Amino acid sequence: MPAGGRRSDDNPVPEVPILSESKVLTMREAVSRFVRDGDTVVLEGFTHLIPFAAGQEIIRQRRRDLALVRLTPDLLMDQMVAAGTARKLIFGWLGNPGVGSLHAVRRAVERAYPGPLAIEEYSHFGLLCRYKAAASGLPFFPLRGYRGTDLPRVNPHLKQVKCPFTGETLDAVSALHPDVAIVNAQRADSQGNTQIWGLVGAQREAAFAARRVIVVVEEVVPEDVVRADPNRTQIPSVVVDAVVEEPWSAHPSFVQGYYDRDNAAYLAWDRITRDPARLERYLDEWVHGLPDRAVYLDRLGEETQRRLRPGPRLAGPVDYGDYR
Amino acid sequence: MTGGPGAPTRAEIMVFAACREVRDGDCVFVGVGLPNLAVQLALRLHAPRCHLIYESGVFGARPVRLPISIGDPCLVSGAAQVLPMAETFLYFLQGGRTDLGFLGAAQIDRHGNLNTTVVGRDYGHPKVRLPGAGGAPDIALNARRTVVIARQDRRKFVERLDFRTTVGWAEGGTSRRAMGAPGGGPARVITDLGVYGFDAGTREMTLESVHPGVTLEQVREATGWDLKVGSPLGTTEAPDAAMLRLLREELDPDRIYLKG
Repeated sequence: MPAGGRRSDDNPVPEVPILSESKVLTMREAVSRFVRDGDTVVLEGFTHLIPFAAGQEIIRQRRRDLALVRLTPDLLMDQMVAAGTARKLIFGWLGNPGVGSLHAVRRAVERAYPGPLAIEEYSHFGLLCRYKAAASGLPFFPLRGYRGTDLPRVNPHLKQVKCPFTGETLDAVSALHPDVAIVNAQRADSQGNTQIWGLVGAQREAAFAARRVIVVVEEVVPEDVVRADPNRTQIPSVVVDAVVEEPWSAHPSFVQGYYDRDNAAYLAWDRITRDPARLERYLDEWVHGLPDRAVYLDRLGEETQRRLRPGPRLAGPVDYGDYR
Repeated sequence: MTGGPGAPTRAEIMVFAACREVRDGDCVFVGVGLPNLAVQLALRLHAPRCHLIYESGVFGARPVRLPISIGDPCLVSGAAQVLPMAETFLYFLQGGRTDLGFLGAAQIDRHGNLNTTVVGRDYGHPKVRLPGAGGAPDIALNARRTVVIARQDRRKFVERLDFRTTVGWAEGGTSRRAMGAPGGGPARVITDLGVYGFDAGTREMTLESVHPGVTLEQVREATGWDLKVGSPLGTTEAPDAAMLRLLREELDPDRIYLKG
């Protein structure tokens, strides 16, 4: 548009042709192409948008020796550890919130059963700062976080640094560059411009920190839907390698506006995880025994889906203005 | 437990004691478990203008149902702001905008330092692997005051922590300040037996009140060190009938937090 020029209505904004190929893949294709044995894999989503379908596809494809990274390892990590995908867990808080322990993780840490599992732990803030450093191209991130605690004693990534301006001693964490980040979201266009509302957790930091990014969405939408509301875009296409459309892919966690957390499933997990044989049967039945998420959804049943669907609570539209 | 209010349970007394720690206008960093209920009660009683902050990235939550976790979708709908988790820690906690934070613990020592990492002294081969740090170290370092809520017994109230996940008053006295912790430190500990404060000089935990029906003997029995007792020793204020009705019938009818 020429400087100082003003477009009249009979001189409309020209259509820009879409130059890039669609990044939309099936879950099987995305995991097969972008997740490799030995990778460091971030699976984020704080309570909200936990990538269950992607994690279960990783189990199904029998990936091995992964370093799994997550602020709050919950049921999904319990399953991935039990299934033997992990050599290491990097985390902030592990548990089944409000219910109890992740017994598969505990068996691995306390008794090396069925095999050993290395752990590397942070406060939530510390791990968030590791993502932030990597996403920002910095070697480390300063914070006040670990003074007076035993955490630096057991984790070599926690160090101290002196502020060059004030002389204050600050804590520091190193950048964490995952090989892959898997991020769930409500919607994205086929290029991977990804929109999230509700808890955004560490989705953006994890995506910018990682070398490869798989976005898993409830819906792939036309590009103009995204461009009509750019403030809602958390992750830009340029960092995204694959877009997977799989409704209910975060179940039994939730997707704001789409479905509620299935608290009954979290309660039921406590009985499953306590018994290795029972956990094995769960994996056979709900992961290895199912070809994909569509069949999972069938098995979950219409009744459960109906129970978890919230009523509407719409935001009002905002006017971005038309600046021709 | 509906109908006429019977005597308050220990859990209800704990919730009410926690609720009384909230001041009107406070920015409260709400933790897992009982604090969820305590802040809802505070909003309806004496602190209608307090701001609920959840580390999941919510400021000014106004949930219309009882949140079952700190990431419940009901915390988002109707909230004043949703922000990335990193910014919640950076701006609200490290930035010094949090008045009160609630913490839980598997082990606590006489200076209010907390362990939520491992039971057993050998970190590499723990007897019990606990959940870990979560948001606690940063809440404890940065909030203007913190309140610890825990069930009390000798395995939890220990002479020496197996692992220090979260700093309270460190080694007591001025040691917390000397290490450059910006926040104000632990103000209270609320257990199922009593309520504790910290001595202004030594920063040692001091029993301020026992809950109705609890004896000092019982409290000593459940403490792994020679407990300091305030004089005079009070009785914890119990919620009245109207508050109990509010708790039982409106706030937690399914007894999610009030069980036990």
